[in-house]
Amino acid sequence: MQLQVLLFGIVSDLIGENEVSFIFSGTTVADFKKELNTSYPQLQNYNAYVIAVNESYANDDQVLLNADVVAIIPPVSGG
Amino acid sequence: MNSISIKLTSEKLSLQECYDFVDDPTCGGIDVFVGTVRNQTQEKSVKLLDFSAYGPMAVKEMNSIAERALDKFEVHKIAIHHAEGVLQIGDIPVIIAVSAAHRAAAFEACQFAIDSLKETVPIWKKEHFEDGEVWVNAHP
Repeated sequence: MQLQVLLFGIVSDLIGENEVSFIFSGTTVADFKKELNTSYPQLQNYNAYVIAVNESYANDDQVLLNADVVAIIPPVSGG
Repeated sequence: MNSISIKLTSEKLSLQECYDFVDDPTCGGIDVFVGTVRNQTQEKSVKLLDFSAYGPMAVKEMNSIAERALDKFEVHKIAIHHAEGVLQIGDIPVIIAVSAAHRAAAFEACQFAIDSLKETVPIWKKEHFEDGEVWVNAHP
């Protein structure tokens, strides 16, 4: 399936994009993180982020669906 | 009656707007928190800050914080406004205003809102120094 992946903060700098289209062959958010690390080795030493799916924070066991918008959220620092 | 005002904007934030929104004849007090850009961090001189946000989700999270504050505390109205883009020293990145019949609830709700915002709202700040730049809190 195809996911739209939004990148923010330091993760956007590490990958060099704000947004990528990602072909995903797994099922859950945990699978997604593994595939992400394979596609972007520069993330292998950076795991401080959490995942949001369709604008809500997601757990590792959440199932991803085709066309979901997945955001990689490094530690926030607003305020 | 709308009890919540949420804003994420690249315009200058307005204290008056937040105050006027929460002001209400049934209130005995208004509590306002104003975040400001300070000129140094860990003894390094800060030139400017650049705030970026996941806009739609940030607004959603700010709304959820405001709803929880109204639920949890005896308060009437709440405004949570946050700036994005480049801010200079002394500029205002965030304003939270809360009105209530009694001050204790207003203080508590205001603290709850700013603490929650700093934990969950997807907004990131990059500090720019004379000799480089760094994403704040990126390596916890």
